[in-house]
Amino acid sequence: MKRLIPRDLTPSSAIIFVSLIVGSVLSILPILYMASTAFKPLSEILVYPPRFFVRQPTLVNFTELNYVLGKTITPLSRYIFNSVVVSGGTVFVSIFIATLAGYSLAKRNFPGKNLIFLIIVSGLMFSPHVTLIPRYMILKRFALLDSYWALLLPWISGSYGVFLMKQFIEPVPDELLEAAKIDGASQWQIFRRVIVPLCKPAWCTLSIFLFMWSWNDYLSPIIFVKSDAMYTLPVIIDRVNSVVSVDRLGASAAGSFLITVPVVIIFLVFQKYVVETMAHSGLKG
Amino acid sequence: MKSVVAEKELSGVLLSARRSARLRAFKEHIVSYLFIAPYFSVYLFFVVLAVGWAIYLSFTYYNMLQTPTWVGLENYIRLFTDDPVFLLSLKNTFYFSIITGPLGFFLSLFLAWLIDETRSLRKAFTFAFYIPSMTSAVALSVVWLYVFAADKYGFLNYFLAKWGIITQPIIWLRDTRTTLLCIMVVSLWMSMGVGFLVFTAALQGVPKELKESGMIDGANKLQQFIYITIPILKPALLFGAVMATVNSFQIFDLAQILAGFPSVLYSAHTIVAHLYDYAFIRFEMGYAAAVSVLLFLITMIISRVMMRLLSSRDA
Repeated sequence: MKRLIPRDLTPSSAIIFVSLIVGSVLSILPILYMASTAFKPLSEILVYPPRFFVRQPTLVNFTELNYVLGKTITPLSRYIFNSVVVSGGTVFVSIFIATLAGYSLAKRNFPGKNLIFLIIVSGLMFSPHVTLIPRYMILKRFALLDSYWALLLPWISGSYGVFLMKQFIEPVPDELLEAAKIDGASQWQIFRRVIVPLCKPAWCTLSIFLFMWSWNDYLSPIIFVKSDAMYTLPVIIDRVNSVVSVDRLGASAAGSFLITVPVVIIFLVFQKYVVETMAHSGLKG
Repeated sequence: MKSVVAEKELSGVLLSARRSARLRAFKEHIVSYLFIAPYFSVYLFFVVLAVGWAIYLSFTYYNMLQTPTWVGLENYIRLFTDDPVFLLSLKNTFYFSIITGPLGFFLSLFLAWLIDETRSLRKAFTFAFYIPSMTSAVALSVVWLYVFAADKYGFLNYFLAKWGIITQPIIWLRDTRTTLLCIMVVSLWMSMGVGFLVFTAALQGVPKELKESGMIDGANKLQQFIYITIPILKPALLFGAVMATVNSFQIFDLAQILAGFPSVLYSAHTIVAHLYDYAFIRFEMGYAAAVSVLLFLITMIISRVMMRLLSSRDA
């Protein structure tokens, strides 16, 4: 158990520590307010000046949220389901094909390899909003507009996955692969038995980011999806927020809380692998 | 006689050996391509083809009902000569990016460094600074709309009035002078994201001996950071810079949620807002595609500049 106050406390390190505390508190304050408001009864929400902690927590805001949304045809659970499908699908499919591609780019030599990698990496260098219109048209042409594919495919085409996996797999010693080859393993077996078990840290890191980005994505659903039943959570939360009146503040905060919690949980679960991933990729230099 | 036959046999063996080697290499290459195929086919379709299609569309007039008609540079000319809203959006976006891009980048780096120099509560600090970036603009709008509320009970207005700094409540999100400022503040608050995590990880990888040798030579903490740590961090810095840049130029949903769409006198109108307006509200796809292409060029060019500045190829 480390001491909170180290023995060789210097003025500069004390200043740094205090500044960090102040900064962290400022950073968290808005989120704390949102989270606590989600559980406040109406009487506490309107209290002035605002309180950051709940005195009498209640779940009434969440039922109210369900009620507010229940006025339309689609229940809240459907939107949650959509978000889960989109984000979960993004994470699993992206990681799978990114690892395949990353392995090939990292460990195998073939004509055009550098060019292909360059093309993929260029995808990181411009804003994906550039492709909004063409994607809309491509999806429309293939009649995919109002489906889960419309929300999945744009995320799956992102370059971060392949980039990270390639950087991560590259430092794996070639001897391991050759040993497997000598033992008579097929290409797929080499991939499955040697590479895949080593990828867990990178997969955890990618899961955090891909889940977060696809879960919070607000623009794609409003462009690529038309029918109410296919929307994801951010769109609905925004809808609830835009009709916010004083008595709906609680429901609004409840919705915001709902959309934030999964991302935070996934981060807390996987975060210790993030440093390990960065250490093994080329990003640390 | 024998030697000629032997020679022929030998060259025959060599030839077939070379042939089977080439066949093996060919098979190996096929496998390599097969591994890449799932991802690359999606990428080709949804990124490469998409960009190409956007470029093509930008030279046409297309309203989704009739087939596209070629109009040459007309869209581009119109953007720069006949569209003051676009020029305003350019100005707003650049103003926003020039401030939040570098500021967010340096703030991430600085905070990551401060945390690295601290010995306790490091994970807690990292989490505290990272959590805003995990939230979506939509989720926190409840809070920020309250902070920037225009009446005298809005969080900011209340405290500024209490401390005597202002006498009348400021209409933060609807006053053209302050809308961008508010968006910048929220954006900065949310900007401690992937880049920040990358810096944190990269800093942990800096060998202690190097830093200590700097201390022995008499350098203080700041000099140590600038002359020893930063050169080692170059790949991470490049990654963080490109991310910060690209992200700052695509600001839209936050601006829309805070300042409305359209914002008052277009004071918070960004490039992507303009794109969205012309593409999905007016369905002038060609014109909007021209905006996309310009956005593409801007972000690409700046990214390349970053690469030139921060490339560690000389290291």
